[in-house]
Amino acid sequence: MIDRRLIILTLLAAVCAIAFLTLGLRGNLGFVLTLRATKLAALIEVGIAIAVSTVVFQTVTANRILTPSIMGIDALYLFAQILLVLILGGLAYATLDASLKFAIGIAALMILSCVLILPMLRGRLDMGLMLLAGVVLGVLFRSLHSLIARILDPNDFAVVQGMSYVNFNDVNTGLLALASLMTLCALVLVWRARHILDVVALGRDAAIGLGIDWTKTQVGCLLLVSVLVAVSTALVGPAAFLGLLFVALAERVVQSRRHALLIPAAALIAVIVLVGGQTLFQHALGNSSTLGVVIEFAGGIVFLILLWRGSRR
Amino acid sequence: MIEINGVSLAYDVTNILSDISVTIPKGGVTALIGPNGAGKSSLLALVARLQPLQSGAITMDGLSVASTPGKVLAKKMAILRQDNHLGSRLTVRELVGFGRFPHSRGHLTAEDRKVVDEALMLFDLDDLSGRFLETLSGGQRQRALVAMAYCQDTDYLLLDEPLNNLDMYFARDLMRSLRRIADERGKTIVIVLHDINYAGTFADRILAMRNGRIVADGRPDELITTDMLNTIYGFEIPVTTIDGRPVALPFR
Amino acid sequence: MIVKANRTCLVIAGLVLAILFVASLGVGADQATLADLWQGSGGIDLLAISRLPRTLAAILTGAGLAIAGLIMQAIARNRFVEPATAGTAQSAELGILLVTVAWPAASLGFKTLVASAAALLGTGIFLMTAHRLPPTQPFLVPLFGLVYGGVLGAAATFIAWQADLLQYLAIWSNGDFSGVLRGRYELLWIGAGLVAGAWLVADRLTIMALGREASIGLGIDYERMLQIGLVIIAVISAVTVVVIGIVPFVGLVVPNLVSRLMGDNMRATLPVVALSGAILVLACDILGRLIRFPYEIPVGTVMGVTGAVLFLLMLFRRPAHG
Repeated sequence: MIDRRLIILTLLAAVCAIAFLTLGLRGNLGFVLTLRATKLAALIEVGIAIAVSTVVFQTVTANRILTPSIMGIDALYLFAQILLVLILGGLAYATLDASLKFAIGIAALMILSCVLILPMLRGRLDMGLMLLAGVVLGVLFRSLHSLIARILDPNDFAVVQGMSYVNFNDVNTGLLALASLMTLCALVLVWRARHILDVVALGRDAAIGLGIDWTKTQVGCLLLVSVLVAVSTALVGPAAFLGLLFVALAERVVQSRRHALLIPAAALIAVIVLVGGQTLFQHALGNSSTLGVVIEFAGGIVFLILLWRGSRR
Repeated sequence: MIEINGVSLAYDVTNILSDISVTIPKGGVTALIGPNGAGKSSLLALVARLQPLQSGAITMDGLSVASTPGKVLAKKMAILRQDNHLGSRLTVRELVGFGRFPHSRGHLTAEDRKVVDEALMLFDLDDLSGRFLETLSGGQRQRALVAMAYCQDTDYLLLDEPLNNLDMYFARDLMRSLRRIADERGKTIVIVLHDINYAGTFADRILAMRNGRIVADGRPDELITTDMLNTIYGFEIPVTTIDGRPVALPFR
Repeated sequence: MIVKANRTCLVIAGLVLAILFVASLGVGADQATLADLWQGSGGIDLLAISRLPRTLAAILTGAGLAIAGLIMQAIARNRFVEPATAGTAQSAELGILLVTVAWPAASLGFKTLVASAAALLGTGIFLMTAHRLPPTQPFLVPLFGLVYGGVLGAAATFIAWQADLLQYLAIWSNGDFSGVLRGRYELLWIGAGLVAGAWLVADRLTIMALGREASIGLGIDYERMLQIGLVIIAVISAVTVVVIGIVPFVGLVVPNLVSRLMGDNMRATLPVVALSGAILVLACDILGRLIRFPYEIPVGTVMGVTGAVLFLLMLFRRPAHG
């Protein structure tokens, strides 16, 4: 039996997708439709990747106001890319196949996040300290990224500016096939592990008591999160609070932390917000490039409210 | 003389203090006792103008606590609160020195330094004077704060459960020092205490509070009786007499 | 004994700053060395118009931001906050952006005034909120501040995008001394005045850091000191944003490092904090000029990296006590 709320969300998502494809169609139908369909696929993928990675990350860190990006994982991906430029040199990097760059970036991210984030999780640090360290780590990688970008090309200010906010208008569709494959694999894995994740959500001690191999599960989840974050960052850029918004909304809708419900709900809400929002901004407001900023703004507010409420309890 | 007249305090719908009127004469040690939540700390905070008065009036030697400038009152009374958590990295000597601020506004004179040295001696802190506060134990920090309040050299000294964190030795030591400065220098000390036997031993007068009201007021030997303690704390406490002093035994 | 150690700190900081001052005069894209400056007559102009103002600007900015951080930490009673990462600088940015949109022809002085007012408002909101967070979780306050600053920054980006002012915003949001010339940085001297003012009330600031009750007990008008502190923080931040742009982490790491060395008695530490702030910013600016010579890397970027690393070290290598 499928939950009624999920059906409604699915229908809403479908409506948004159709609106995105068909509203204001003009000119060469075949061409425009292909273009829009590609973009739609990318948006859906990004939405799913952000939503699922946030759910998994929150579960494994036992923390409801974290997202991978708040802990600086997306900044880490960008940093890995620029590191690649530094090692290979600009020209070699430019001629490198995009998919290969993506793959190397993902591998680098997986290693880096295991090296940097895992010790923080395992140290069982105070939640506030961990969050703060993560945010500062994010700032560090963003600063390092812009520092290296400036060293490489002192006159190119666009590099630095372009990366400070997520931009859904300018989707990197070249990586779509590879990204789709990775998202799909990750999705299958998460779905199969949904009941294990329910147990993980009980916390380390309870999970071990129930027979979960904690270390293995933690590392597995973190690797999975790394892949998903790499997908969304590669396609649209860094998005710090988006996942938080999606998951907070999903929790409101399904009133549950059960992963079998929460994961699809979060993914569907992500699609609705991204595709619906993009449609709205494009046709009603005539300016689609600011959607990312607006959603980030909303996500930031949600974060502040969650932090405030959580600390007052 | 501290005159408290018709003072009430309420948060939302909870009454903390209800229409309290009492006079504390100059000189001597007055102990405030009573069960948790009786309103002792709130009353002390109002006297020390740490919280604004909601109704009623409090004067200290005729000066209204509500309208007299803080600078003036700081030379009149010193307050030691329960919370002794300080985030600052100050040495004991620096902290105690800040007790002189109302007099020197920051520029310590030779006279000020003498008072600081004396306070460090009096509270057994001279060996610790160069240490940073966060390296001290809770009891040492408590003594540093008492020394700071002492340094303010005011006629009135208000202390909210100063024996917290102190072991038996230093608790007795502190009470003796307070007794001595009351006797030798004519200071007026108002002190919130949990241990009625300390109150019985060192206070001239005990004010007992319960549910935001003053329920008993008198000399230790008048207050420390099984009947009175039952009114104050609501349970039977045997009282015996040792060396002519009443001692409550609330242990069984 | 302590007094002597403190004096040593002050002397060392002064010497380092003096060395950096000379070095800063000697480094620039136009290859003029100090010797050239001394001999050639054109060199004097270069010195007076560009390099001296730039060096002074870095010193004033660093000292001002470090003191603003020191005061903010005293008021918030939290070691991990500072204006540039807790919404003050972002509020100032938002303020100057809005006045630029509404009245582009306004004078720089007026714009600074509006930016200061906005910074005051933004900081007030932050501190009001921060005081309500539980004191048992000291890391929540800076976290709240970082995200609060981020949200204000997002609002600024959105407005700038709509008004087509993104390029201006980029100037304000990333501190850079390369545009400093004689006649374009003098507003920063306001900051120097405020630092001197802070020095006058240093004792009161130290007592403030002990909390509201301790302050009232010692006869300090707490509310008034709070207002004075807020104004100092807001004006220093606003002036810096308007003239230089946001320079993060200075106000955070400098007071903390000095506190570890010398404690928190501000009468003793305040001059050292100011000097050290100047040292850090000037050193980062010189570094920014040298890394990719003859191109320049903005001080905001260099400080983003240096400051974040120092901050992380601070978070994880705390002293054994407290």
